[in-house]
Amino acid sequence: MDSKPRYHSVRLDKELCKGCTNCLMHCPTEAIRVRKGRAHILDERCIDCGECIRICDYHAKVAITDSLEDIKLFPYKIALPAPSLYGQFRGVADVGVILAALKRLGFDDVFEVARGADVVARAISEKLREPSLPRPLISSACPTVVRLIQVRFPDLIPHIVDVRQPMEVAAQIARAEFCKAHDCRPEQVGVFFITPCPAKMTAIASPLGQRTSAVTSAISMMEIYGHLRPLISKIQAEEKLHPSSTSYGIGWATSSGETQSIFQENALSVDGIQNCIRVLEEIENNKLSDLTFFEGNACTGGCVGGPLTFENNYVAKNSIRKLVAAARARCDSTPQQSVTAAELNKYATRMDKPIEPNTAMKLDDNLTVAMQKLQRMNEIIADLPGYDCGSCGSPTCRSFAEDIVLGYANEMECIHKMRDKLQTMAEQMVELAQTRR
Amino acid sequence: MSALIHKEYPVEMADYDHAGEASADIKRQLKQLGVPASVLRRVSVASYEVELNLVIHSEGGVLTLEVTPEAVRLISADRGPGIPDVDLAMREGWSTASETARSLGFGAGMGLPNMKRNADDFNITSKVGEGTTIDMGFRLA
Repeated sequence: MDSKPRYHSVRLDKELCKGCTNCLMHCPTEAIRVRKGRAHILDERCIDCGECIRICDYHAKVAITDSLEDIKLFPYKIALPAPSLYGQFRGVADVGVILAALKRLGFDDVFEVARGADVVARAISEKLREPSLPRPLISSACPTVVRLIQVRFPDLIPHIVDVRQPMEVAAQIARAEFCKAHDCRPEQVGVFFITPCPAKMTAIASPLGQRTSAVTSAISMMEIYGHLRPLISKIQAEEKLHPSSTSYGIGWATSSGETQSIFQENALSVDGIQNCIRVLEEIENNKLSDLTFFEGNACTGGCVGGPLTFENNYVAKNSIRKLVAAARARCDSTPQQSVTAAELNKYATRMDKPIEPNTAMKLDDNLTVAMQKLQRMNEIIADLPGYDCGSCGSPTCRSFAEDIVLGYANEMECIHKMRDKLQTMAEQMVELAQTRR
Repeated sequence: MSALIHKEYPVEMADYDHAGEASADIKRQLKQLGVPASVLRRVSVASYEVELNLVIHSEGGVLTLEVTPEAVRLISADRGPGIPDVDLAMREGWSTASETARSLGFGAGMGLPNMKRNADDFNITSKVGEGTTIDMGFRLA
């Protein structure tokens, strides 16, 4: 097992944790245990989806991102707004207003990740022409889905399209264009992604399929929202910035936006992490080999449903729909028309490092030992009540058995087993007392 | 060497409610063992096909998973009705699936050929009135 510590944006605030079982029961990779009255996140298994942040009533699960103050460390700073940011402001009909307000927060430039999405869409279109690749190809855009595949579906890794995320491509273009226009060095420019989720922050600190990230860091959309909201109404017509992306690029903010931008008839767009799991199971069983593309978004509604967004995701989805329609009415060019071959080749769009399976679900590195442990685990499961109540601190009876086998728990931590044992002991004591009389 | 892992899954005729649960559990077991991804994928496909075959075509039976350090083995044994012509059944596109099964997207006649393609060793024996046994091996070493 990998012993080096992994970076995670999702963390626990020990002071606030009550030791309840809410997060435990909602973690899609069974990466949480409650021990000694506090939740613990198992680093090797956490995929930074943020489900625990959403579910925790005590706000004990937090996402670490940079603050707006941190941009001051760089002589030049560029903001990279995720398209989901545009959905946060009800009634704002012009992306240019949002971009201008964002720039006012202290950035020297603003570059749309939606434009990065256009380039990525064209790169994926090229990949779809390669007949030798497995079908369906799986989108690499949602880092949580990619990490979910690493942990739970390692055999599907060859399906992941080896194209970088839109924010990575956007960061390269933004920095290169800025340096050229302002005659400065790349390291003088801090490029900050305005993120709807912790998974993107993690993907910057610990890149997927890339040796290094072109993005400096991420700032939470939730933090930006408070600063941005009052500025929006102050933007005058002449201050508005000109959006550079196509209407399709904006559409990546919501589920199915990516699929629409690559014009695939036989593709699935799935949102919500449990739904993604169900469909990935079917891909694994070869039941969906007639599909060309699978777009999975861990959050409901797509990125607009990210744990670090402010607006209700359905409202945001509606706002995005209107912005896409307005942008398309002005110009209906597609990413494939708008992104030139020269532009595609100028920046690194392909991954430069393989995506490795995550072996955190393995019981042991040695197959024979793993088999012995699994055999013991199956015996223990047969003897547990099967309530999956979480009282022992493991999410299910199955994972409790796993924890026992791995030496992290013991059988008497099951309150139902304990009760049975106490009952037997009580009966024995009564019997003992009666024999003496 | 006797199997370290031995698990039996009863599968009932026309039980679409539970169809796929046995193969899902088999996958989960193999992932915890750390079976290589390439083998895992082939067992996934074959176990799902064989489980659905029991649901769609048989009168019910048992799917057995056995794992040794050398191989994964899947054995499906049903209680009937048996296949009159096994060679014909092994042909791609040949199917006796019911209308119900077809309406659910099954019965393309790819089940048995798919199992054979994915397994390293494939054996099928059948007797009308008695039942069918399919034995598949996937090498680990």
